[in-house]
Amino acid sequence: MKITKRERDGVTILEVAGKVTIGKGDIVLREAVQQAAGDGPAKMLISLGEVTTIDSSGVGELVSAFTTVTNRGGKLKLVNLPPKVNDILQITQLITVFEVFESEDEAVKSF
Amino acid sequence: MNSTAARELHLTIGSRFENIELVQAVVDDALRDGGATEDARHWIGLALREAVANAIKHGNRQDPDKQVEIQASFAPEEIELRIDDEGAGFDPLGVDDPLAPENRFRASGRGIFYMRKFMDEVEFEAGPSGGTRLRLRKRLIPISNATNER
Repeated sequence: MKITKRERDGVTILEVAGKVTIGKGDIVLREAVQQAAGDGPAKMLISLGEVTTIDSSGVGELVSAFTTVTNRGGKLKLVNLPPKVNDILQITQLITVFEVFESEDEAVKSF
Repeated sequence: MNSTAARELHLTIGSRFENIELVQAVVDDALRDGGATEDARHWIGLALREAVANAIKHGNRQDPDKQVEIQASFAPEEIELRIDDEGAGFDPLGVDDPLAPENRFRASGRGIFYMRKFMDEVEFEAGPSGGTRLRLRKRLIPISNATNER
């Protein structure tokens, strides 16, 4: 599991690749979000296009990331959901919690 | 599954999360050899990961001296997974509904929900050594007849 961080128009973009699963991927995601969120209101976009597997711990970390960023007055959105990740968010009804975009351009403009 | 003969796999692992990868890889290979669809392999793999993770985390409390046993039985059109831990037992009725509004933002508590969504049958029972035995079953559609499965 790998996370690449970059900035675009004031938005922090975390590109996640690989398995977001218990024991490693979930921890890497948590640390990346904590570091990127800082102490103030963040504009954060998580790109999931290269995620191959997300288990319940990975989904839990996405929820925690959303809560962390929102509680600090920021916004966290998702982009590039692979079909199976989209299925998971539909099944868990978290698709209604997150703002989800199909393209990075569209997502960045929305902040 | 293409194979007409039933097959069984038996794995015993220590209570470490990194061992989940090995378990999933071995079962996935057997599913692929049997002709299971990619979709079926993905969802069964996720359910298996959740089951083994629960056994390690909630059953064995990540005690490295305790083990998790996994048995996978492959019939021509069904897979049964049996996961045994060495914990203190488990009451599935005590698990909260992760779809309830008050639980929606919780970071945990979705593992059993995953299993129930991705498998046809999920049963908890007392294991022979006092821990929890979990049985997961899923009917398999031969790859030639399959559309999208979940």
